[in-house]
Order: sequence, then C-alpha cells, then structure tokens
Amino acid sequence: MKSLAKLSVSDLCVSRGGRTLFSGLSFEVISGQALALTGENGAGKTSLLRAIAGLLRPTGGRIDFSGAADANDSSEVVRSQSHLLGHADGFAGALTARAELGFALDWTGGSWDAALPVIEMLNLARALDLPTRQLSAGQRRRLAVVRLIAAPRALWLLDEAAAPLDAAGRVWFGAAMAAHLERGGLIVAAAHDPLPVPATVLRIGR
Amino acid sequence: MLTRLANPLRFMAFSRWAGPLFSAAAAVLIAAGLWFGFSAPPDYQQGETVRIMFVHVPAAWVALTAYAALGGASFVSLVFRHALADIAARAVAPIGAIFTLMALVTGSFWGRPMWGAWWVWGDARLVSMLVLFLLFVGYLALRASIEDETKAARAAEILAIVGLINLPVIKFSVEWWNTLHQGESLLRKGGPLVASVYLTPLFLMGGGYMAIFAALWLARTRAEVWRRRALTLRDRGAA
Amino acid sequence: MRAVFAFARREIALAWNSGGPVLGVGFFTAMTVMFPLSLGSSPAALAPVAPGVAWVGLILSSLLSLDRMFERDMESGALDFLALGRTPLELVGLVKCLAHWLTCGVPLSLAAPIASIALGGAPSSAIMLIVCGLVGSLAFALVGGTGAALAISSRRGGVLVALVVLPLLTPPVIFGGAAIERVVGGAPWGAALALLCAYAAAALAGSPFAIAAACRNSLS
Repeated sequence: MKSLAKLSVSDLCVSRGGRTLFSGLSFEVISGQALALTGENGAGKTSLLRAIAGLLRPTGGRIDFSGAADANDSSEVVRSQSHLLGHADGFAGALTARAELGFALDWTGGSWDAALPVIEMLNLARALDLPTRQLSAGQRRRLAVVRLIAAPRALWLLDEAAAPLDAAGRVWFGAAMAAHLERGGLIVAAAHDPLPVPATVLRIGR
Repeated sequence: MLTRLANPLRFMAFSRWAGPLFSAAAAVLIAAGLWFGFSAPPDYQQGETVRIMFVHVPAAWVALTAYAALGGASFVSLVFRHALADIAARAVAPIGAIFTLMALVTGSFWGRPMWGAWWVWGDARLVSMLVLFLLFVGYLALRASIEDETKAARAAEILAIVGLINLPVIKFSVEWWNTLHQGESLLRKGGPLVASVYLTPLFLMGGGYMAIFAALWLARTRAEVWRRRALTLRDRGAA
Repeated sequence: MRAVFAFARREIALAWNSGGPVLGVGFFTAMTVMFPLSLGSSPAALAPVAPGVAWVGLILSSLLSLDRMFERDMESGALDFLALGRTPLELVGLVKCLAHWLTCGVPLSLAAPIASIALGGAPSSAIMLIVCGLVGSLAFALVGGTGAALAISSRRGGVLVALVVLPLLTPPVIFGGAAIERVVGGAPWGAALALLCAYAAAALAGSPFAIAAACRNSLS
C-alpha cells in the first residue's frame, strides 16, 4: 500500500443545487487515524466525502494531501490512493460476481491472491458465480469490501459502509478497519452509529 | 470592457441605462432602414419582393451572432466559472432561437415568389439556418430537461461549445451538399454582390436588429439576475 | 493498460447481455418495413430512395440504442468507481463508444445493404453502404455518446439525445449520403468518403474530452 501521510481540509465550502451545505470547514486526518462524520440526513456528509474524492468541486477552500508517494497533484493522489465506498456498490446486475470482482481488481490494481482469503472469510465463495442482481444487499456490500481490501489503498472514504451488513459482518468490518489503520491507512467515514474503531468525531451541518 | 462588466453590480448599473439606450437606437435605425428600404428601386430580377431581404438578412446575422454569443458565454462560464456568464448564456438562447425562426419564416416568404414554393431544400443558407434552429432547440431542451439547475447549466454549456465548434463544419457541409445539387440561392448567384443602393438600408436594418438583440439580451440577463437573487433569498429564508 | 482491456471486455459483455445488436438491428428492420407500408409497394417509388432510407435508418438505430450508455453506470454507482481509477475518464468514454460501435454499429452496417436491396435499391450501393456505415457509425457512436453523457441526469432518454445530437451529425450524414448516392449514379465518390473519414477522425479526437466533462458534471 502506497503511503499517504496526511489529508488536510481548510476552510472548505460545498454547495449542491445552489444551496450552501456548509462553509469554513477545516480538519486534518493523519496516517493511522480515523474521522467519523456525523450529522443529519442531507447535512452534507456524502457531499464532503465526494469532494475529498474529487468528484465534487467545492465552492471554496482547499483539500490537500501530503506525503503521498509518487503522485504530483491531488487528483492523481485521489485516483490512485483512495477508495470510495458509497451507498451504491457499482456492480452491474447482469454480470456474475466473479466477473465484476475480476474487473474491479484489474481496475484498481488488486490481485486475486489477496482477494481469495477475504472471500473465504466472508462466505462469498458460493455466491461468486451468481449474477450480482441475485445477491442480497449484504452480499453485495461484502463483495464491495473485498474490492477495498484486495487492492490496498491508503485512504478509505466510507459512506454508511456497514449499513447493509449483519451483526457478524459489522464485527468483521470493524476488524478490517482497525487493521487498515494499523498499516498506516486513513479513514474518513460517515455513519449514524459510532465507528467500531477509535475516531475523532466531526459534526457536519447546523 | 467585458471584464469591467463581469462584476454583477457594475453590470446591473450598466444595463439599467444601456438597455433603453439600445432600444432607442434600434427604433431610430429601423425607422431609417425601412425608409431607405422602401425608397430604394425594385430589383430587376425580384421586383418589389427584394425588400424582404431587409427583414430576412439581418435576422440571419443576429441568429448567427446569438449562437456565437451563446458559445462564447458558455466557454467563459465553463472555464472561468463566472456566474454572470452562465446567466448571459441562458438569457441569449431563446432570443437566438426566435431570431433564427424569424430568419426562416422571412426567408420562406422571400423565396416564394422566386421558387413558387414555400420552401425548397436547394438554398444552402436556409438549410443551414434550419440546422442552427435545431441546435438552439436542442440546447433549450437539454437545459430544461435536467432538474438540478447547476448540472443543467454545465451540461448545456458543454453542448453550446461543442455546437459552436461544429457550426463552421456544418455550414461547410451544407454548402458542399448544395453544390452537388446546384440549388438556387436567395441572394444573387456569385456571392453577396448586393447592389450598393441596397447596402444602406441593409446595414441600417442590420444595425437596428443588433440593437434590438442587445436590448433584449440585456433585459433578459437582468431578469435572470433578479430571479436568481430571489431564489437565493427564498432558500436562505427556508433554511 | 490491463485495466483498459478489462473495461473494454466488461462493456462488450454488458452490451451483449442486454441484447447486443438485437435492439439496434431489430429497430432498423422494423423501420425499414415501415417504408413500403407508407410509400406503397411499387418499385418505382422505393428503389430511388432505398439506399438513402438504409442510411437514415442506420443513423437513427445507432442513436436510439445508446441512451443508456452512461445512465446505467450512473445509477448503479459504477461511474463513481470508474472515475476513481487510474485510467482517465476520457479513455473510459472512448472505450464505451468503441464498445457500442462494435456491438451495434458494425452489425447495423452489415444489415444496411440488405435493407437497401430489399427495398429495391441498386446492388452497386451495397459496398459503399457498408463502408460508410462502418465509418459513419463510429462517428455516430462518438457524437451520440457525447449526447448520452450530457443527458445523464435528464431521464428523458433516447429522444432527447437524438434531438441534441442530430443537428451536430449533419456533416457525416451529408458526406455519407453523398458517397452512397454518387456510387449509385456512377459519379466520383472519393471526396465524399474522404470527408466522412475526416469527420470520424475529428470526432475520435475530440469527443472523449466532451464526454469526460459531461460525466464529471453529472458526478458532481
């Protein structure tokens, strides 16, 4: 996993559909730390995650990455060293889980060797040859998490990632998050419940 | 001058007196143009109907200018992220569409005595005008069909720029197509060899039309600025 | 590079899964049938317009089947994933258009001469229809893809894309149509075909940037 020392956000202002969601937001996340985003629905947690991922252009402020290995500007860093796991999994319903996972690994530079043990642990082995539309929401989310772990990247941007998982799945995911932090990764997660790892809490919105 | 006007407050102050000024100039120029137009002698080929040229050709000029303005404003908005440029682009699109429609209708009236039909496909300029009209319609349709206003504006801007780049290619291809089929142009063959006695009313009317265009565009941009201010106040009140 | 090929394979697999060329060619066939039904069955009425009808049919069938090109990925969240890979979004857009061309444009190009001959058109137009079809449908896929990307958040589908894109496609329609007509008439067709190829090359160079800009707009 390529290293990333720090994510710093200063004076960030984000608006959607002409409405300002929040302004003057500043925080830092350093390697090995997790940040939990809380706030009401519609407060801007998803928009903040998408702004960090570079999908949404903020109307003011800066987002900086420092200590990134061999990447020159923010957009390159974000595209090669971050994972965004949002509400939608991004799987095409008609293709099999195996085909979609294979594509995802090729796309993000992951490997089947790293994926197979995770697949075993998450009981997905039998579901691999089904078309993804036949998987349950929990299974699809677990498949997305395999994507996350099999292609190691420094920054995890999680948007209610554990929501579709059952109790056992959440325990497992918590352990995966802890392991990621131990390896020096960074996590920014939006969640209604407290995170399973120690995290600074940041409230978005009024 | 354009960068001075880019400040919304300065623009509003400018347009307050510039709009009526352009309207007044338009009235004067068109009155003069109509006077010269009707006092000019009839054409040896087209007779009295040549006078429709004074209504048709300036409309075509404005139509093209409007699309260029649309593309230019869209480019400024997309590259420099200037809100006033987007407002100006949104304001000019319907004006351009209407002037293009006017050019088509007056062109049809002009051609009827010569062709014996209300429309022929053999006139390259008219066919290009029709495609230009479709470009305007496509822009308006795209902008209207996306709910999120910011996204609609950006998408329409990209379309306007793509359209502006394509426009010379489209004009070339229609004229090339026309040479294959040897159609008859409204203006005399051999290019714009318009008799000098017609040039005075033509340019007067051209100036008048441009003044109308400027007045309308300023008025619509002002209205759009007010609309956005009202929306911002409403959203702030609701929050 | 491995990523790009994997993506190309995925796009073709998805196109094949959702019916592949069946949609485009099916519509093309249905449209072709409408002409004798509305113009009358006399060969004198159909034969002169046959190659032109095949050409127009090819254009419309290409356009109407690409409206879901980007919207499908937008809805499933895949567009987010694609935007966050190491491959630039421009290349993503280009591959999508090429995949559509391979699964839809190429079969249509092979179907076009059949339609033309079925309507009584001269067999001499067949080869030119295929050639213009192959080059033209590449241009239609690229410019049509631009329209599809622009219309992502609109939910109005194929007709909006066609309305937005058809005026822009005036040049290739004219050039291809001229080449086909001149081959039938025995006139020199080289210039028309060259212009069509030039347009397709320009579309190949320019469309990916417009498509990427439109995708970024929808993602924001």
